[in-house]
Amino acid sequence: MTQERSGAAILCETLVRQGVEFVFGYPGGAVLPIYDELFSDDRIRHILVRHEAGAAHAAEGYARSTGKPGVVLVTSGPGATNAITGIADAFLDSIPLVVITGQVATNLIGTDAFQEADTIGLTRHCTKHNYLVKDPAELAATIDEAFEIATTGRPGPVVIDIPKNVQVATAPWSDAPIQRHRRYNPRMVAPPEEIAEAVELIANAKAPIFYTGGGVINSGPRASELLRRFQALTGAPITSTLMGLGSFPSDHPAWLGMLGMHGTLEANMAMNQCDVMVNIGARFDDRVTGRLDAFSPDSTKIHIDIDRASINKVVPVDLGIVGDCATVLEQMIECWGNRKAQDLSEWNARLAGWRARDSLAYPAKSKDGMIMPQKAIERLHALTHKLDPVITTEVGQHQMWAAQYFGFVEPNRWLTSGGLGTMGYGLPAAIGAQLGNPGKLVIDVAGEASIQMNIQEMGTASQFRLPVKVFILNNEYMGMVRQWQELTYESRYSNSYSDSLPDFVALAEAYGWKGIRITSEDELDAGIQAMIDHDGPVMVDCMVAKEANCFPMIPSGAAHTEMLLYGDQVAGTLDDEAKALV
Amino acid sequence: MMKIKQSEAERHVLNITVDNEAGILAKIAGLFTARGYNIDSLTVADISENHSVSRITIVTNGPPHVIDQIEAQLDRLVPVHRVVDLTQAGPHVERELALVKVSGVGEKRVEALRLADIFRARPVDTTTGSFIFEITGPPDKVDSFIALMRELGLVEVGRTGVVGMMRGPEAA
Repeated sequence: MTQERSGAAILCETLVRQGVEFVFGYPGGAVLPIYDELFSDDRIRHILVRHEAGAAHAAEGYARSTGKPGVVLVTSGPGATNAITGIADAFLDSIPLVVITGQVATNLIGTDAFQEADTIGLTRHCTKHNYLVKDPAELAATIDEAFEIATTGRPGPVVIDIPKNVQVATAPWSDAPIQRHRRYNPRMVAPPEEIAEAVELIANAKAPIFYTGGGVINSGPRASELLRRFQALTGAPITSTLMGLGSFPSDHPAWLGMLGMHGTLEANMAMNQCDVMVNIGARFDDRVTGRLDAFSPDSTKIHIDIDRASINKVVPVDLGIVGDCATVLEQMIECWGNRKAQDLSEWNARLAGWRARDSLAYPAKSKDGMIMPQKAIERLHALTHKLDPVITTEVGQHQMWAAQYFGFVEPNRWLTSGGLGTMGYGLPAAIGAQLGNPGKLVIDVAGEASIQMNIQEMGTASQFRLPVKVFILNNEYMGMVRQWQELTYESRYSNSYSDSLPDFVALAEAYGWKGIRITSEDELDAGIQAMIDHDGPVMVDCMVAKEANCFPMIPSGAAHTEMLLYGDQVAGTLDDEAKALV
Repeated sequence: MMKIKQSEAERHVLNITVDNEAGILAKIAGLFTARGYNIDSLTVADISENHSVSRITIVTNGPPHVIDQIEAQLDRLVPVHRVVDLTQAGPHVERELALVKVSGVGEKRVEALRLADIFRARPVDTTTGSFIFEITGPPDKVDSFIALMRELGLVEVGRTGVVGMMRGPEAA
């Protein structure tokens, strides 16, 4: 049956049809018709955030932890501009978001109207696609296509800008399936000859390595399963990028740890010395490769990626395979058949030699007698891993320590801002993850500086009774900035001290949360346990060593073979080339 | 001291077939600026009966790996149907049109008309003291003509930028 419905009503119907459970948003003038429609619609739950940046990150956290697209609803002008950081974050980390922005009425566009911003222009290069819908009759098909684009191929954010008069005007709506022209067809399956060539290379490798990334996570849990199966067939060791953690179990003997700037020595040395590198859903990010001309100089490189533009973008490869990670892994497993794995004992012996260097070792005691932050993460892992928690982070040292010392065994449990490196990501992401995973333990591992960037979202957690935990490693510094200043600017700590910090425990209580302060190592386990045991939101202010550094580290402009470990002498200066490089 | 390095560039002509939707030109031109690619010329017009599809021709330059990236980046935009690198694909025709206004009297005016004839440029407007010539051809021919006119009283130039097509019976 066809009837006339308003644009706002068509939007809500289409979202319901897409299976949307939650909309993360903030009302304003240019979306009032949509909010009025939501008021009487109990099929969609609106999560009112405290700032639009929080809406976008919460939607990201929901999407990453569930594999479903996150939906954001914000008003025109400042609503849209505030959401842009989260949109750009989702773009760089390939997270499926559908962002609905209000716009001034079509007759006002271009007149510098109140709360007008050129949202389409502003988001053009940080979205996978964006639309300005000028006719309510086009809304249903546009939203339908937006969900397809956001969730298929290489996932990403899609913005739909809807002028206020388009929300009010009516168009025919029927319950029949939406008719539209299909124009987006990402390549999922790889040509068999490329698969055969890849399998041949892997089968004959004496020193292979799998270098896996966020693409394995984005491809769905099946990709992680297939990765484990393919690894078992080939016996190859595995490392992963920051984005790929969890796709392969960290307690597996073939696991080398994370690679890159703060990766393990064994992972980076193996990348440097391998003879066949198989990149599965990673993108040779500069934080991973270190100095490009010294990056794995003698290996044959295979790159599997769903985005053709990722292949040969940074590192030229010998065999580029465009396709979905899960599909390609399945094709490779089938092509592998009942081949025998190579004898990799010589390679494994070399790996063992690098592992023996124990690159994640750190001093048991800090100079100031405070808790070593690495220790805090290790204890957090020890006390929570049986509960299969979801971990989010902010950005900085704490993020790297969490990546290094918190072992992940399943995908979709590790939510961190990798590409854009957005401070303030973790708390809203935890809120989104908690909504998508009710009953699960969700912990934002934070720093005292990052947490302040979206600290207003504590109110969101209180309002929706979300028992998220925020575990702050408080070293009173923007730790990663301070570390770089120590290592490359002779300890001139320009503006990196966290002055005038709030009392985080009192702040927690002000928001109706539980606040816990941990000041010494003997309080650590009890503090963490108290955090786990409380059935509401908890903020833990864990005071840690002020000047602990994040090692291992590939210094700016250095190669994988030139890692710094804890205790290495560091010069404190860099030449201009290296300063500019990273 | 640190210096910014530049690398060797080669010229490529790209034909891009796109959905004729609002903002597509900004999206494509913006991709070039956002990623630091060069545009030497750009032309766009719709080419289908129902105005739903446009062809954009871009002349760009860059090292081979950058050209490859440009094509891949263009290809992943949702409204882009197809990207054909004519330079890569083989023998093709390139044409552009220019309007060239020249003013002068006496021998210079006669010489301008004589050269126009050699270049098969047509006068499309004339006064007793000026001509507008219309010239079509590959860009280097248009360049040569304009260079000659410069000596004979060149007033202004308008160029369309290059359009191109593969030789032979097939569509590229």
